[in-house]
Amino acid sequence: MPQRKTLLKQLLIIPVLLVVVVGLLMAKQVQVSRAADASPVALVAAEDNPAQQGDDEVSHSTADHTKFEVLQQPFETVQDVTNACLSCHTEAADQVMHTIHWTWEKHVPDTDQTLGKKDIINNFCISIQSNEPRCTSCHAGYGWKDKTFDFTVQQNVDCLVCHDTTGTYKKFPTAAGLPVYEPTEFNGKMFNPPDLNEVAQNVGHSSRNNCGACHFYGGGGDGVKHGDLDSSLKVPDKSLDVHMSPDGANFQCSDCHTANSHEIAGSRLRMLSQSDTHYDLPNDDHNRATCESCHGITPHSNPKINDHTDKVACQTCHIPEYARGGVPTKMEWYWKDAGQFNDDGSIKSTVDEQGFPNYNTLKGSFVDEVNVKPEYYWFNGVIRYTLATDKIDDTKPVEINPIDGSYDDPNARIYPFKVHRGNQPYDPVNKTLVIPHLFGKDDTAYWKNFDWGKSIQAGMDYAGLPYSGQYDFVDTEMYWPITHMVAPKEDALACDSCHTDKTQSRVGSLEGFYMPARDHNNILDLLGWLAAAGSLLGVVVHSSLRIFGSKKGR
Amino acid sequence: MTTATIRVYLFKGFERLWHWTQALLIILLGITGFEIHNSYHLFGYQKAVMLHNTLAWALIALIVFAIFWHLTTGEWRQYVPTTERLSAVAHYYAVGIFKNEKHPFKESEASKLNPLQRFTYLGFKILIIPVQVTTGLLYMYYNHWHEWGIFARLDLTALLHTAGAFALISFFIVHVYMTTTGHTPLAHIKAMITGWEEIEAD
Ligand code: HEM
Repeated sequence: MPQRKTLLKQLLIIPVLLVVVVGLLMAKQVQVSRAADASPVALVAAEDNPAQQGDDEVSHSTADHTKFEVLQQPFETVQDVTNACLSCHTEAADQVMHTIHWTWEKHVPDTDQTLGKKDIINNFCISIQSNEPRCTSCHAGYGWKDKTFDFTVQQNVDCLVCHDTTGTYKKFPTAAGLPVYEPTEFNGKMFNPPDLNEVAQNVGHSSRNNCGACHFYGGGGDGVKHGDLDSSLKVPDKSLDVHMSPDGANFQCSDCHTANSHEIAGSRLRMLSQSDTHYDLPNDDHNRATCESCHGITPHSNPKINDHTDKVACQTCHIPEYARGGVPTKMEWYWKDAGQFNDDGSIKSTVDEQGFPNYNTLKGSFVDEVNVKPEYYWFNGVIRYTLATDKIDDTKPVEINPIDGSYDDPNARIYPFKVHRGNQPYDPVNKTLVIPHLFGKDDTAYWKNFDWGKSIQAGMDYAGLPYSGQYDFVDTEMYWPITHMVAPKEDALACDSCHTDKTQSRVGSLEGFYMPARDHNNILDLLGWLAAAGSLLGVVVHSSLRIFGSKKGR
Repeated sequence: MTTATIRVYLFKGFERLWHWTQALLIILLGITGFEIHNSYHLFGYQKAVMLHNTLAWALIALIVFAIFWHLTTGEWRQYVPTTERLSAVAHYYAVGIFKNEKHPFKESEASKLNPLQRFTYLGFKILIIPVQVTTGLLYMYYNHWHEWGIFARLDLTALLHTAGAFALISFFIVHVYMTTTGHTPLAHIKAMITGWEEIEAD
């Protein structure tokens, strides 16, 4: 049957042609993705980059600090060490004194607010004011024990906390930034006086350990505050952080948080949701604290994914969860519950099923979590703080640091956040958040006397703020941008983490834009499927009538 | 069946290749498109998008060839609409077909489409396909709207594109059914494969 044969042949050509066309197009895409794997960033991250190896590597410095006589003198105090440093690094203290690590204060032009640890209120331990000696154990200085601290004395700059490479220099938790000179115990942990000559002669670039000594313990404990910064980042697995892992790029914090005259890039008080200079080249601002500084704005081999980077921050897909290193972070903290004791009158301290703290008499009740999915919001980098001088609306949860941005804002991108929720004392008459005096040995400190009234009065008096004498507790929320713990690319969010049903989509609640798979027009869908069903029904009816008709015809 | 038939060569090689390729592409575009629309999960969203975009380019390439072919061969004239015998044909499908009446239209090489087909396929060619391609390309290049000075809304673009897709579903159902209305149920399909249509002789 020659006709049947040609028919088959002709049929064959259809799939063959299709396969060729589709195959060609696909092959092109694969090629592109191969080429992009050898990106400059991947090369920079090569494992044998000596500058990025750990402490036991040969120093590349042109100065050997063990050879300096000034560092061999017997040191009485830490201030003597600072003076010795300044005898060569003449401008160092002055530089530090202009930075937020010293002032704990920064003016943000966008909001015209003066912010910083000194001024803001948070919903962890609320405020440093009147609690200094405890909080300033993380100040890059010595002796800030109350508001009389003189911020102009250069010898009180602490060089060692950032530049010690021995790991033996530790500031005592309640000594206003000083280490101990005698062995001293704190909460069952022994603090030994550092060998100041040994430390001074072994200074170097700041490592993850230096920065982490404070920044991993924000909120008064490991991982408490940020969620994406905790002690697991000292030596992280690659699965936890591709940049900081010794198996990855082994970055130190300062590889991204670059410094200009001791001013470190990447403050959270005014963030960059996206960098304006995408690659940070030598002539740029030497601010490398954004992903784009190294990766640019189109780092993916798949152009469809690059199409997202104008509206979606890198962190959104590449940090699928935070607190992934096993260290829990606080998600909720209810100060209202503080002050309950065990039956025998002792301090109550309990943990949940996972062994994470869930109650402490001093602080109230908590919820701690690991492996937490972020919440996502439009964010342009501007954060406005609710200060103790600002009026609050106590009928709803107070946003302590509302973040700015929307779909229509060209500077805003969808950004991941940890949102820390809880309640804390406020003044229901003046409608302000209040500053409680928590830490101290006096008879007003809450952690000594458990009397909120006295504690708040003392804190507000100290800060020079009005207090009605009445207090209550108000719900608060605080936003913590998530930017560390960047996962290997295999673990990045898949498209359908967001492009799916509203109830499943990670960005299901974000508004102001259409997103395929998440959004659809219900009326159109209804009409469309009805039309399809109608067509089918029509076909069924018509064909039945035909069959019926042909039978009758016969 | 004892009806005498004659054979006419209606569909040329390119035409048949074009038709079946287009059919396959549109079916696959529909399958992947409605996955993108979150109507079901089949390939996974990412794969569905990649496939949809690749298939879309294949379809566009095919359409370019088809336009060229229609223009150079003059076959576009087949789609010039006419009302001549339109009501007769409509009447046939609505009534006559059930009474085994004869089809009022005789295909020929010069005029292979009946007036109803002319209207339908013209609508397909100048309405649905252009809408799908235009909204699809707009959708694809959403990120460049700003730099290209295009002012449009993604939600409306998607709405039109989805409406077009629904139109294609209904078209597909009816179209496939209509192929069974030849003198035998597979006659039209065969014709689109071999090019030869058997039509009843007078
Ligand atoms: C050349 C023609 C076409 C182009 C360029 C095109 C392009 C696109 C693009 C870019 C998307 C969005 C995918 C994404 O990035 O999420 C899309 C979605 C879609 N396409 Fe197409 N397409 C074409 C033809 C078709 C056809 C023929 C159909 C149906 C048979 C179809 C059905 C759909 C549907 C249902 C959606 C989902 C719309 C939504 O829910 O927002 N497309 N198309």
